[in-house]
Amino acid sequence: MTEKLTVATTSLAGCFGCHMSFLDIDERILALAEVASFDRSPLTDIKHCGDKVDLGLVEGGLCNAENVHTLREFRKHCRILVAVGACAINGGLPALRNHIPLEECLDESYLNGIGVENPQMPNDIELPLLLNKVHPIHEVVKVDYFLPGCPPSADTIWKFLSDLAAGREPSLPRELIHYD
Amino acid sequence: MKPSIQIDGKPIPFAEGQTIMEAATAAGVYIPHLCHNPEFEPHGSCKLCTVRVNGRNCSACTFPAADGQEVLNDTAELNELRRTITELLFVEGNHLCPSCEKSGNCQLQAAAYFLGMVDAHFPFFYPARELDGSHPDILLDRDRCIFCELCVRASRDVDGKNVFAIGGRGIDSRLIVNSPSGRLADTPVAATDKAAQVCPVGAILVKRRGFEIPIGERIYDRHTIAEESLEREEPIVESRHD
Repeated sequence: MTEKLTVATTSLAGCFGCHMSFLDIDERILALAEVASFDRSPLTDIKHCGDKVDLGLVEGGLCNAENVHTLREFRKHCRILVAVGACAINGGLPALRNHIPLEECLDESYLNGIGVENPQMPNDIELPLLLNKVHPIHEVVKVDYFLPGCPPSADTIWKFLSDLAAGREPSLPRELIHYD
Repeated sequence: MKPSIQIDGKPIPFAEGQTIMEAATAAGVYIPHLCHNPEFEPHGSCKLCTVRVNGRNCSACTFPAADGQEVLNDTAELNELRRTITELLFVEGNHLCPSCEKSGNCQLQAAAYFLGMVDAHFPFFYPARELDGSHPDILLDRDRCIFCELCVRASRDVDGKNVFAIGGRGIDSRLIVNSPSGRLADTPVAATDKAAQVCPVGAILVKRRGFEIPIGERIYDRHTIAEESLEREEPIVESRHD
């Protein structure tokens, strides 16, 4: 038996919808388990990558310093890195805040927004510093493949994974390319 | 004998005065385009319809057909060029499809699907552009404007109102409206105007129509932009030259 493909996933500034879509491959996950084993992932609750990961799937964009750190570490361990979904590819809905100065966003959320009680700016040392703008991941690390969609459909994810597992160059037909 | 051009080796007849785009469309050959609309004079700004004519790159929507021309259209090289142009349009605006009610009916999005674009490749500009919601019936979201000038042409040539123009240069270009306040509400534009209907993206939207057609049943959910363009545009092209 050939060695199994090692797959890792991580979620940055996203909504976890892409991970949910991944789980929507349903019973096909059994076929995937025949050829792949999971490393770091919110699904396995493993926090850091092992030494060798063949395929890393990244959901979400970069909105804070921790996202950047996580992404760089993830990239270092993954032979092939895949941007999964709109947030990883173009910032997605979190990037809607890019129109508004960060100070105004925080003011609206924590100090003077409608319905805010006990206004105070969060200032815990464990809170990662926000970036001025939300960025897609290809602006920070090299990305090998992109799966567009919000989220990409389970069929899109499956087509990509099954192509790769079979040793084919992954390709998406037009029907599987959607940005929303 | 009727004059003809060759597009990708196939003979395409044309009428005197037709552009390459018009001859191609009439013959059922799709050339990707965004700023071209057969109801208006060609503009030649988006360059998506770039074809190779006798060895030179030209805009098919403005270049006149001439007997014996050899035109390359559907080639890997030209489609790669078009994909790059489309990627640039995505990064120079704020085209976040999941937040746009035009999604599924948007020609920019559909062109990108057609060209196999899976990411925008370049660093995003995230330009800050002003949204104008002042008009009771029309929303102007400048984030999505691709400067095709279809609204400019429609307002000037069809509606006779001269409501829209492009102001500024380069990345500072923006869609401006002709009123003392600069607000859409203070112009004579109406939701029934051609200018309010013609936007190929989600920059000018008639309000309260966004979800009339559910996602999954919208234009480009059902047809490719090639199929849709050829079906919609061919009869109009013929009528222009009657």
